[in-house]
Amino acid sequence: MSSRLASSAILPVLLLAGFAAVPFAATALDQPFWISFFARILIYAIAASALNLALGYGGLVSFGHALFMGLGSYAVALPAFHGIANGWVHLGLCIVACGLVALAVGAISLRTSGMAFIMITLAFAQMGYFALVSLKQYGGDDGLPVAATSRFGGFDLGSTLPLYATALVVLALVTWWMAKLRVAPFGMALRGARQNARRINAIGLEARRLQLVAFVISGAICGVSGMLLANLNAFASPSSLAWTVSGELIVMVVLGGIGTVAGPIVGALVFLGLEEVLKGWTEHWMVIFGPLIVLMALVGRRGIVGLIDLWPKAARPATPVPVSEGGV
Amino acid sequence: MASLRTEGLVKRYGALLVTDHVSLDIRVGELHAVIGPNGAGKTTLINQLSGELPADEGRIVFGGQDISGLPVHQRARAGLLRSYQITSIFEEFTVVENATLAAMAAKRHAWRFWTPMRDDPVARDAAEAAVSAAGLTSHSDTLAGELAYGQRRQLELAMALAAQPKFLLLDEPMAGMSVQESAAVTDLLRGLKGRYTILLVEHDMDAVFALADRISVLVYGSVMFTGTPDEIREHPEVRAVYLGDETV
Amino acid sequence: MSAALLFVQLLNGLQYGVLLFLLAAGLTLVFGIMSFVNLAHGSLYMVGAYAAALTYGAAGSFLLAVLAAMGAALVVGLLLEVAIVSRLYRRDHLDHVLATFGLVMFFNELVRLVWGPQPLFVQVPEVLAGTVQLFGFNYPSYRFAVIAVGLLVAVGSYWLIHKTRVGMLIRAGAQNPQLVGALGVNIGLLNAMLFGVGAMLAGLAGAMAGPLLSVQSGMGEPVLITTLVVIVIGGIGSVNGALYAALIVGVVDTLGRVLLPLLMRQVAERSVADAAGPALASMLVYLLMAGVLALRPQGLFPARRG
Repeated sequence: MSSRLASSAILPVLLLAGFAAVPFAATALDQPFWISFFARILIYAIAASALNLALGYGGLVSFGHALFMGLGSYAVALPAFHGIANGWVHLGLCIVACGLVALAVGAISLRTSGMAFIMITLAFAQMGYFALVSLKQYGGDDGLPVAATSRFGGFDLGSTLPLYATALVVLALVTWWMAKLRVAPFGMALRGARQNARRINAIGLEARRLQLVAFVISGAICGVSGMLLANLNAFASPSSLAWTVSGELIVMVVLGGIGTVAGPIVGALVFLGLEEVLKGWTEHWMVIFGPLIVLMALVGRRGIVGLIDLWPKAARPATPVPVSEGGV
Repeated sequence: MASLRTEGLVKRYGALLVTDHVSLDIRVGELHAVIGPNGAGKTTLINQLSGELPADEGRIVFGGQDISGLPVHQRARAGLLRSYQITSIFEEFTVVENATLAAMAAKRHAWRFWTPMRDDPVARDAAEAAVSAAGLTSHSDTLAGELAYGQRRQLELAMALAAQPKFLLLDEPMAGMSVQESAAVTDLLRGLKGRYTILLVEHDMDAVFALADRISVLVYGSVMFTGTPDEIREHPEVRAVYLGDETV
Repeated sequence: MSAALLFVQLLNGLQYGVLLFLLAAGLTLVFGIMSFVNLAHGSLYMVGAYAAALTYGAAGSFLLAVLAAMGAALVVGLLLEVAIVSRLYRRDHLDHVLATFGLVMFFNELVRLVWGPQPLFVQVPEVLAGTVQLFGFNYPSYRFAVIAVGLLVAVGSYWLIHKTRVGMLIRAGAQNPQLVGALGVNIGLLNAMLFGVGAMLAGLAGAMAGPLLSVQSGMGEPVLITTLVVIVIGGIGSVNGALYAALIVGVVDTLGRVLLPLLMRQVAERSVADAAGPALASMLVYLLMAGVLALRPQGLFPARRG
C-alpha cells in the first residue's frame, strides 16, 4: 500500500505518544488497572506487528503465530521454575527458541502454499499446544506460574510500570524498524514476492528464502511479546497457544490495516478495546464480535488505517493487497 | 554479453513431444529470433531456457557453463534474464521501484534491512538507465498497476534490462500492441542490439525481419531451419509452413 | 501388551479414522474444488452433535437423533453457503480464514449462551450397548456400528463419485474447477450441493461422536485441526486420499498413545518416559504430517490435476 498516511510517521508517533501518556493519566485518575490493561494492548501490538511482517509484507497467512507467543512465555516460566531470574537468559532463550522453531516450521510449511500453508501452520501451533499440555511437571493444562520474573540488573519486569515502559520501548523500536524495513531492500523484495513470486525469482532473488527469513524474524519478535506477557501475568499457560489466539492476531492485523506500519497498533487497540467494552455489556460478547469479524471479511480488507487513508479522497485508487501465502 | 547453446533439448507431455531435440546456438552479441506457428512450442522452449520448466533431456550451456540443473533465480543471477509474454510486474510499486528492485537483485543488495532501497545509488542509477532505455522516464513515479498496456510491456522490458543481463530472453514483447507501439519497441530493441545477446520470440514479422541477425523456425517442437532473414525469406518449406499467408 | 488390547486399540483407531473421514470427505472437496478454506466445518460437526443430543434426550430414538443431526447440519450449512461462503469464493484465502474464524467464534459462544458451558451427556443407545464377538475378542457394539456406518459412507461416496454423473462433475471439478464452470454447469448449484453434503456428513459424525466424546462448546476445533492434517496428508481434493489418510491417522494416533509411553519406558528411565511418552504421542500425527510434507508436499494420494 503506497499511500501517504499508511506509510507516514504521524499515526504511529501519535499512538505511541498516547500510550506514553497512559501511566500518568492512570495515576492522576487513580485507575491503576489501566496500566496493566494498556500494557496488554502494547504486548499484543508487538505480536501483531511481528505477524504483520509475515502476513502483511510477506503475504504468508500464518495461523500459528500463537505458537511463538506461547514459546516466549515459557522461555520465562521454565527457567524461572528452575530458579533462573536473569532477564538476559530469558530473552536469549526466547529469541533463540522462537527463531529455531520458526526456522523449522517455516522451512516445512513453505514447501506448500495457499490453503495448505494456512492449515500446516495451524497444525504446528496445535502440536506445540499439546506438547506443552503433556508436560505435567511444568503445570500441563493448568499452566505454570512464573516463579521469578525477568530481572535485568535491578530492573524487574515483574512490576507493572517497568513492564509497561519496556513494552512501550519495544513496540516503538519494532514499529520504527518495520517502517524502515518496508522500504528497505529486503522489505521491498519481500513485498515483491507477495505480489509476484514468479517475477522475484526471474530477477534473481529466491522468493522462498525471503519468505523464510521474514517468518523467522516474525517468530522471534512474536516470542518477545510472549516473554513480556508472561511477566505481566506472572503466568505461562498452554492456552496462550490456542488456535483462537492465532486467529485473533490475524484479526488485529487485518482490522488495523494489513501491510501498514500503524495497522498492528491500531488493530490491537481497537480489538482489545472493543472486547473490553462488549464484555461490560455481556459475558457472551463473542456472539456480537464474531459476526463483526465476518462482516469485516465480507466488506473488504482495507482496515482502519486504509479507511482513514481514503478520507481525504486525494489518495490513489487502492489496489487490494494480494496474499501469496507461502511457497511459490 | 554471453552466448547460449542448447543440445538436444527434449520435453514431453505424456506421449506428446513438445520440444523435439532442439539444438540452438545463439552467438555472443547476436539478436536471434525464434518464429513458428502457434502451438509450435515457443513458450515451452523459453520456459526451459529460463528454468521454469525442467527439460526431460538435453543440455543448456550458458556462457560456457552448463546451467541445465540450475533453478530460475540462479540462472537470473548468472545473467540470463527474461521478459514475459503476459506482463508480470509488481503492480503496487512505481515504475522506478520495479526497476530498482530488479537492479538491486542483480547487485546482490537485497539482504539489507535498514536503509531505504531508493537511497542505494548504484541500484538506483542502473534502474533509471533501464527505465530510460525502455522509454518510460516520464512515468518513473507512476504505479505499475496504473500504466497503460503498452507501457506495462515497456516496464516488462525495463525490468529485464535493469537486472544487468548478459542475455535477454524476450517472450513476445510486442504482444497485443498497436502498429505504432510495435514500431516504437522495434526501435528500442534496435538500440539494444550489440549491447546484449538477445533471443527474441515474436509473431510480428516486420519486427523480426528488421531486427534479427539470424532466425530459427520452430515447427511442431523442432527447429526446421536456422538462417539469416534473407535465407528464411527464400526457403520454400518455411514459406509453405509458416509464411504462406504473410506478405514479407 | 496383550493381543486383545492391541486388537481393541486397532479397532478404536479405525473407528476414530472413520469419524475423521466423515469430516475430511466433505472438507477436502470444498478445499479442492471451491478452493475455500472452511474453518467452520467443526462448527457444523458441533451443530450435529448438539442436535442429536437434544433430539435423543427429547425423543429417545437414536435413529431420529442422527437424522435430526444431519438435517440440522445441512440447513445450517446451506444457510452459511448461500449467505456468506458463496460471496467469498473469488476472494483470497485470508478472507476465507477471517470469515470462518468469525463464524466459529460465534457458534461456540452461541452454544454456550443457549446451553451453557457444561458438556451434554449422550447415552449409548440400548440396542448398541453390548459387545460383539470379533475373532474371539469382544468389542463394544456401538463403536463397531460407527465403523460400519463410516465404511458404508465410504463405499457410498465411492459409488457416487465414480459411478454417477454428478460424481463425474465432482471429479472434473477437483482437477480443473474453471473448466467445469466454463462448460456451462451451474457452478453455484454444484458448490451449494457439495457444501451441503459435506455439512451433512459432518453432522453425522457429530451425532455418532456424541456418546463417545463430550458434546460441548468448542468440541469441533480439535477434531477439525486433525481433519486438516488428514487432508494435507491425503492430498487436497482427493476423497480416496481422505479415506486412506484418515484411517492411517486414526490408527497411528490411537496406537501411538497406547504404545509410545510403553515403548518409552523400555528405552528411558521412568520419570523421563512418563513425561516424554504422552508428549510424543500427542505430537505423533503432526510429526507424520511434517514428514509427508517434507517428502511429498502434494500429499500421499493426490487428486491428479489436469
